[in-house]
Amino acid sequence: MKKIFYILLIGVLTLNWGCDDDAFLNRPPTNILTDAQIWNSEEQVLSVLGDLYNRYVDIATFKTINDIPGWTTIGDFNEAFWSEAGRYNAFQNSGWDVRSWAAWDYGYIREMNLFIQKCTAAEKLDPGVKARFLAEARFLRASYYFELVKRMGGVPLILEPLTYDFSGDPSYLQHPRAKESEIYDFVISEAEAIKADLPANVGEKSRATRAAALAMEARAALYAASIAKYGTNTPSVALPGGEVGIPASMAQGYYTKALAAAKAIIDGSVGAYALYTKKPDLSENFASIFYDKANNPEVIFVEDYKLQSGKVHYFTGWNQPRYGAEEEEGGRINPSLNFVEAFEKLDNTFAPIPTVNAAGTPVYYDNQVDIFAGRDARLAGTVMLPGTTFKGRAVDIWAGFQLGNGTVVSGDDRGAQKTLPGKTVPEQVVGFDGPIDGFEFTAQTGFYLRKYLDPVVGSGQRGVNSEVWLVRYRFAEVLLNAAEAAFHLGQLPVAAEYMNIVRARAGLVTPLKAADINFDRIVHERRVELAFEGHYLYDMKRWRIAHQIMDGNAISQAELSKDLGKATKRNTQPYGLWSYKIYNPGSPTNGKWIYKVTKLSRVTGADRFQLGNYYSYISDDVVNNNPKIVRNPNH
Amino acid sequence: MKVTVQLLTIFLLGFVMLSCSKDNFTDPKSTLTGQIVYNGEPIGVEFNQVRLQLWQPGFGKLAPIDAPVDQDGSYSALLFNGNYKLVVPSGRGPFRTIQQDASKKDTLYVALSGNQTLDVEVQPYYMIRNASFNGGEGKVAASLKLEKIIIGVNAKDVESVSLFINKTNFVSRATNIGVVDLNAADLKDLNSISLTVNVPALVPAQDYVFGRVGVKIKDVEDMVFSPVQKIDL
Repeated sequence: MKKIFYILLIGVLTLNWGCDDDAFLNRPPTNILTDAQIWNSEEQVLSVLGDLYNRYVDIATFKTINDIPGWTTIGDFNEAFWSEAGRYNAFQNSGWDVRSWAAWDYGYIREMNLFIQKCTAAEKLDPGVKARFLAEARFLRASYYFELVKRMGGVPLILEPLTYDFSGDPSYLQHPRAKESEIYDFVISEAEAIKADLPANVGEKSRATRAAALAMEARAALYAASIAKYGTNTPSVALPGGEVGIPASMAQGYYTKALAAAKAIIDGSVGAYALYTKKPDLSENFASIFYDKANNPEVIFVEDYKLQSGKVHYFTGWNQPRYGAEEEEGGRINPSLNFVEAFEKLDNTFAPIPTVNAAGTPVYYDNQVDIFAGRDARLAGTVMLPGTTFKGRAVDIWAGFQLGNGTVVSGDDRGAQKTLPGKTVPEQVVGFDGPIDGFEFTAQTGFYLRKYLDPVVGSGQRGVNSEVWLVRYRFAEVLLNAAEAAFHLGQLPVAAEYMNIVRARAGLVTPLKAADINFDRIVHERRVELAFEGHYLYDMKRWRIAHQIMDGNAISQAELSKDLGKATKRNTQPYGLWSYKIYNPGSPTNGKWIYKVTKLSRVTGADRFQLGNYYSYISDDVVNNNPKIVRNPNH
Repeated sequence: MKVTVQLLTIFLLGFVMLSCSKDNFTDPKSTLTGQIVYNGEPIGVEFNQVRLQLWQPGFGKLAPIDAPVDQDGSYSALLFNGNYKLVVPSGRGPFRTIQQDASKKDTLYVALSGNQTLDVEVQPYYMIRNASFNGGEGKVAASLKLEKIIIGVNAKDVESVSLFINKTNFVSRATNIGVVDLNAADLKDLNSISLTVNVPALVPAQDYVFGRVGVKIKDVEDMVFSPVQKIDL
């Protein structure tokens, strides 16, 4: 029996001999594409490029990166309070770690360099298409170097894929940091070099266009110029080798370049870009810039999203009004009163939100929203005010009843009920959207965010999500960049002209005169126009005013509403504005609304922007691996 | 057969136990303590803001061990015995470090074996002298004298002088219940500066506060402070 078994076994093994090794072992892999397969086909190259586009780095993003949800990157720096139970500590600490915002992804740069190297060598691509691919890759690489220089200062400028030869001596791969100005020069020169190969097409938003390259150039030149000009205010934020800090003498040249690049977009030579003015209601019009994706003439370059494609985001779900929300959450970004008060009145003056009159007695309003009347239309377009609607439903934001004797009746749950004096039936005494101090997802400051919120049904639902795009460059910013550059070049009428175009769209139709333009005006205009779009941090940094705005001192209620238009106005803690309904039967004020400025109990810290925050900490790993790297100042 | 398996098990177990003690280090036991001083006098700073860095070369990749400086200028670090380099990160602290010689620069070399006290001598821009506090009638008054230590090319101006009060003895820019600033323009005489701050309603009530004065120096991030003092109201 055993013998037969062995004979059979030998027989089977012998027969197996007949296998063809070459054919069996050398099958093409089904999960890897070879270089030849990719670089001979336009579609494949485009998909590689798509991956590079997807890895574009933004300071304010919809994506959750390293467990940091995107909404926190959009609503940071006390422009908003965070209504989520686990995140109050952001308002209880005293600032930011010097490692915050650090970026050093040379893996990404290597892959872009590889793309450029291999695409240049590819032979079977159509020359026009190939030139565009190359220009796009160089645009992305310049964008990432721009992002690095904003966060880290000058970095090693690597334009070739580096390869280690395993000789045991990696020193030939160690490159020192370039000067900060050299990185900005690189971004500017790349933009100039590639713009001819990019299409001038207003309809193309998610791929690089000629306008996107010029917008990047204008922004980069403006950043470099302001670092050169205002760097003198912080002499200790500089390195002797120029890795951080740009000489003041270079400011003029950069401002000139910024203005020229911005003007090329404004005069229409790269496509008919214009401000978005499709809707008659100015606030709704402003909000629509961010969700109207059909023939939007304002938007230049975006990160696009598409429903049912896998590339969607949950920003609306994170921040939708909690009352009637499509999930049991929302309302996380609560814009602060500090930010709301920054919006001007229609006569171009600054004034606090009028909660009390000159004599100090409360002002009574018939409707909740009346207190915000006569202000910059961008306020209601950026912030969801009490008494306004979202997706056709009114937000229910009110803190309670105030009785005739001044006592407040409120509840500690959304829409809580209590019996008012003189009544027998309990009724609702606080809004379903709060504000309730320390109750997550309610409008704890009295406001919700409107910018970037998607009004489409289902946008706040986890299974559906939103396809609103993230705007990276838009025409209004180009105008403001041009205005700022013109202002610093002494061309005040030009600056006023560009500013007034942006302001008129917001309903501020009284034009500013050339003499009205000053540094505070420039700073203020960018703060309100470009809020929650990732500009605030970089703007404060390049003007070197971040350490003055966030100086670590708590804000008192008295100073909150002072010096509203000042560039260096303190902004270390978010404040709230709570509305109360008057319950005083028989009195003429019964049923009217009053407002009270509120400091939230969860806000206990005051932020201080350290000089070491101007440029992020270069990690010890990087310095250990490359001793030529100089550390950033104040670390 | 059975005996072999049992023996093997015991053998393996013994081996596992043995390796446990092999790959554990003893914890660091030596404490390095000290204060930031000028001529032996401690320099007060804000808590958790100024820090010293200890570097220990010779073990491959370098990373600093941070030693934060407390309000009274003291620091401490729990370390292994060995040779360390002690530095103040550039630009931190309301003072300049003292250059010892060309090769060492401002680095202090510490050979640590057992507990050790090491005061770090620095040159502050200003020293607060004779700070005295008086409380009463819902107010706290302070008077002080400012001595300019660094003169010449490295001298820096005062930006503002501030009086801070708080309910606990952590008194700083970030944690206070009352502050009053005196800007440089209003400073007439550095030898006699007085400030008064109102004490807000304290909840729960207490009949004392803690106070200290701080000086902000132009283009210097960290402020120099007087010692924290308990003030009866």
